[in-house]
Amino acid sequence: MKRTIVPFGPQHPVLPEPIHLDLVLEDEKVVEAIPSFGFVHRGMEDLASKRDFNDYLYVVERICGICSYMHGMAYCEGAERIFGVEIPDRAKYLRTIWCELSRLHSHLLWLGLLADAFGFEALFMQSWRVREKILDMVEDSTGGRLISSVNRIGGVARDMDSAMLAGFVAQFDKMESELRALTKVFLTDSTVRARLFEVGVLTKQDALLYGAVGPMMRASGIELDTRKLGYAAYGKLDFDIITSNGCDALARCEVRIGEIFQSFRLIRQAVDKIPAGEIYIPVSGNPKGEATVRVEQPRGEALYYMKANGTRNLERFRVRTPTFSNVYSLLKILPGAQFADVPLLILTIDPCISCTER
Amino acid sequence: MPTISKSPWMMHYDGSSCNGCDIEVLACLTPLYDIERFGVINTGDPRQADILLITGGVNYHNESVVKQIYEQMPTPKVVVAVGICACSGGVFKDCYNIKGGVDTTIPVDIYVPGCAARPESIIDGVLQAVELLARKQTEAESATAAEGEAQ
Repeated sequence: MKRTIVPFGPQHPVLPEPIHLDLVLEDEKVVEAIPSFGFVHRGMEDLASKRDFNDYLYVVERICGICSYMHGMAYCEGAERIFGVEIPDRAKYLRTIWCELSRLHSHLLWLGLLADAFGFEALFMQSWRVREKILDMVEDSTGGRLISSVNRIGGVARDMDSAMLAGFVAQFDKMESELRALTKVFLTDSTVRARLFEVGVLTKQDALLYGAVGPMMRASGIELDTRKLGYAAYGKLDFDIITSNGCDALARCEVRIGEIFQSFRLIRQAVDKIPAGEIYIPVSGNPKGEATVRVEQPRGEALYYMKANGTRNLERFRVRTPTFSNVYSLLKILPGAQFADVPLLILTIDPCISCTER
Repeated sequence: MPTISKSPWMMHYDGSSCNGCDIEVLACLTPLYDIERFGVINTGDPRQADILLITGGVNYHNESVVKQIYEQMPTPKVVVAVGICACSGGVFKDCYNIKGGVDTTIPVDIYVPGCAARPESIIDGVLQAVELLARKQTEAESATAAEGEAQ
């Protein structure tokens, strides 16, 4: 059959971010997808050599506006390892709470975008309505809705008092019942199932072969979560790794919804267990040495490498973000898919192009 | 009163933003902020758009795309630079791949500050854009009328 090439992006109604794919089609079926990147590349790793290592924290937080908090936290963890300081316990718990709030808002954002991608606008609005409450909590506790800038090398800059924490937890019950209603629509509604069930299948072998990370990998039946390494206060908290053997778009949706409820569970535990005490210890001097940090972002595992040579600038800063790893899986699931499913499949990896290209 | 002020269509494009402002632009469409109450609809098609919202500074790879989108839009058109990166390059100004703010590539009418720009300020920017759009349309109409009389 004659082949057609359809350019997809960089400006596309479904994607908030620019990504370009050349889709090779046979009739309505995708045969091959050829990606091209660079529309959001800024050159932030190079900026490490121009900025003071303390200032560079604010640049790192802007690698991505959605997982901004986790980027900042990972950078601080790396710097703390180089300096060899152990931050106070209270700061670790505060970091965990903010991390889980970020995960909640990121997963709710994804659920909304997914609903928008298959044309269910009411579901998009409902998901984002719940998300706004999470953003209000982030704003109450940090002062910023998305970019919070509360991390410091040596701890955190702001504390949350017990009244504020109790106030957050008090809202969770209502939010959970609202989310259960949404879950029912996402997982059992026949129109949603028709778009998601057995679409974009990535088998367990392929997930391993192509190095999928995060919910994409867990939806293919691999039980792995970087949080189990126990960074911040995760080592002292109890949570389940959500997996599914569905391997399709519906399974990815199911895993992310499961993770939302685990995040509520984690925050509840952290609020119960949080110790009193200092939130920051001063760190002085210039760093010398290298550190590697792995954190579990909403989209999967991110790896940071830092090398410092005793001057005020870092010698090298490198990030390997989850979307970078998941693009290979995306290119695996696109061939064979229907053309109309392409935006949906791109969304199921939860792409964050600004992370990927930096 | 020009008809366009009651139902302008808006389009969003990401110059090379960190995603923060993009998400806040989307948040403007959701129930809490609901920009559609002003008659503004988000469209994905530049040929149907009156207002262009650009987030993030422009990088060298994206420059031609931004220009193309701007040229595809029908006149009168208004460009809103959302966020400090779109206004001046912001924290990425010194990056080797960043050309600068959006005004280095296409003419910008409204600048919305903030990192990330708050939905309230984005809505304020869009409403100013709507007024400007109405003014541009009136000017264009009177210019056409004057031309007609001269003939």
